[in-house]
Amino acid sequence: MNAPAAARPDVVQAVARGRRRRASRRLLIVLTLAALVAAGFAVTLMAGRTFYPPEDVVRVILGERVPGATFTVGRLRLPRAVLAVAAGFSFGLAGVTFQTMLRNPLASPDIIGISSGASAAAAVAIVSFSLGGPEVSVFAIVSALAVAMLIYALAFRDGVAGTRLILIGIGISAMLESLTAYVLSRAAEWDLQEAMRWLTGSLNGTTWQQVLPVLGALAVLAPVLLSRARDLSAMQLGDDTAAALGVRVERSRVAVIVAAVGLIAFATAAAGPIAFVAFLSGPIAARLLGPGGSLLVPAGLVGALLVLAADFAGQFAFGTRFPVGVITGVLGAPYLVYLIVRTHRAGGSI
Amino acid sequence: MTTYHTLAAENLTLGYGDRVVVTSLDLAVPPGAITVVVGANACGKSTLLRSLSRLLAPREGRVVLDGKEVHRTPAKKLARTLGLLPQSPVAPEGITVLDLVSRGRHPHQGVFSRWTAADDAAVAAALEATRTTDLADRAVDELSGGQRQRVWIAMALAQQTDLLLLDEPTTFLDASHQIEVLDLLTDLNRDRGTTIVMVLHDLNLAARYADHLIALAGRRLHASGTPAEVLTEENVRTVFGLDSRVIEDPVSGRPLVLPIGRHHVRTAPAAT
Repeated sequence: MNAPAAARPDVVQAVARGRRRRASRRLLIVLTLAALVAAGFAVTLMAGRTFYPPEDVVRVILGERVPGATFTVGRLRLPRAVLAVAAGFSFGLAGVTFQTMLRNPLASPDIIGISSGASAAAAVAIVSFSLGGPEVSVFAIVSALAVAMLIYALAFRDGVAGTRLILIGIGISAMLESLTAYVLSRAAEWDLQEAMRWLTGSLNGTTWQQVLPVLGALAVLAPVLLSRARDLSAMQLGDDTAAALGVRVERSRVAVIVAAVGLIAFATAAAGPIAFVAFLSGPIAARLLGPGGSLLVPAGLVGALLVLAADFAGQFAFGTRFPVGVITGVLGAPYLVYLIVRTHRAGGSI
Repeated sequence: MTTYHTLAAENLTLGYGDRVVVTSLDLAVPPGAITVVVGANACGKSTLLRSLSRLLAPREGRVVLDGKEVHRTPAKKLARTLGLLPQSPVAPEGITVLDLVSRGRHPHQGVFSRWTAADDAAVAAALEATRTTDLADRAVDELSGGQRQRVWIAMALAQQTDLLLLDEPTTFLDASHQIEVLDLLTDLNRDRGTTIVMVLHDLNLAARYADHLIALAGRRLHASGTPAEVLTEENVRTVFGLDSRVIEDPVSGRPLVLPIGRHHVRTAPAAT
């Protein structure tokens, strides 16, 4: 092995300083995001039609009976807030994984049809087959993986080009969304709120039974993705460069796709395809942190914050209650238009 | 200091899909030297380089590094001995020089391991060797072509490998930057004993900078040896389908290839 050629000590120090400065700035931003998520979580538990002070909330969480609060906070607000954080984190993490791997902000799972696959499957499972609980999750994850494989296979021609995959994904996504709409239109006994869950995503009426699979998936799959963060950074430099740096590119790619699709599917089976959260979280995190470091954890936190804030706003900021997906949809659509306009101006094909 | 490694291809057949690009090729890379691969377009130069660095599995035959088959060596372990700079690496939008060069440390790091003082030292040494220290905080996409190429070479250097493979490191560079990059690689070779294998398009630059030249033609190794042995008028005709005169380069004393096209040739050519 090469003896490290003697670099001038001042250069080594400058490198070390630059790296430490970046690392501490990054840590500060991540901790701030985490604090905001925690604060948002706390506010969601306390505030609403009725305000409950922090001590009541803590007593409910510790299992004491507090008249009124036990039902409102324990049964309604707590599972809803936990699902907002877990699903938001899942969407943000999976979204930025796809965007990083395919080197394109448009390549997020909610744009290229993976979320629609999970959503359509969940709607079919519940409405047409009257399934519930874990079966719905299984159905959603199998379908999401099948959609991912289908898009990959259709886009494959001497390797996968990001643009082709995105365009095919958008087409598949449109077909799957019309399938969802068709299934819902056939189900007469379904109310609009429930239909909205599978069209844009909603946290209304969340129960622990819906929340637990999402938490389980996050506990298993998030570490898989985080352990591949360095491989993903290397893969951003191109497949050949990554392989030359010692990354088993194909193996990493499969592991990352399966884990990210899994996160999307579990979160979607519980909350529906909350519009644009996967798509927005990565670019927002990138804007906050600047280029260079891994965006996985920051994007997850941004996703959690987005869902918490949008759900809260949807419930209380307007005269009517809107499901969370309507609010995130309103936020995400202009950004999608902006991205397309920008790439078009830059002369890109998409 | 530097350990010399032996890299060799034995009876190598390479291809993509049902297209065979290289057939039954044997070659040995001389340790501690600069080897340059030349050949016509699409003759398999890049394919050969990819296979030597484990990126492409051979159809037949094998690539052997220090007696061990490259395609059976763990990826990270190999990446600590042998580095490759591909033809068109991608720089993520907005990434700084320091961040990009730091990614060269990938094979030396575990999944969650911390960044060490050795990593800092390697990155600093790579920046210094390529004279990119002053660019460290700049974004890669705002650099000139020559600076960018130096930064990519710095990334490969941060990998600290004794063997370095480069696929056309001078493409898209103007004349002065081409010389700058090739001088830099020669410095590395002479100062640190890094074994270098690179693909070059320009025959005259290849002749000047190579210790060992490999010419590919018709899917096979056509000739190998010193530039003077390989760059004969006859070989240039077979390998490139080009008539030429080869004279001694007055600057370097190496061979200089003067192509003969259909135009701009004196009607009474000087006696050969």
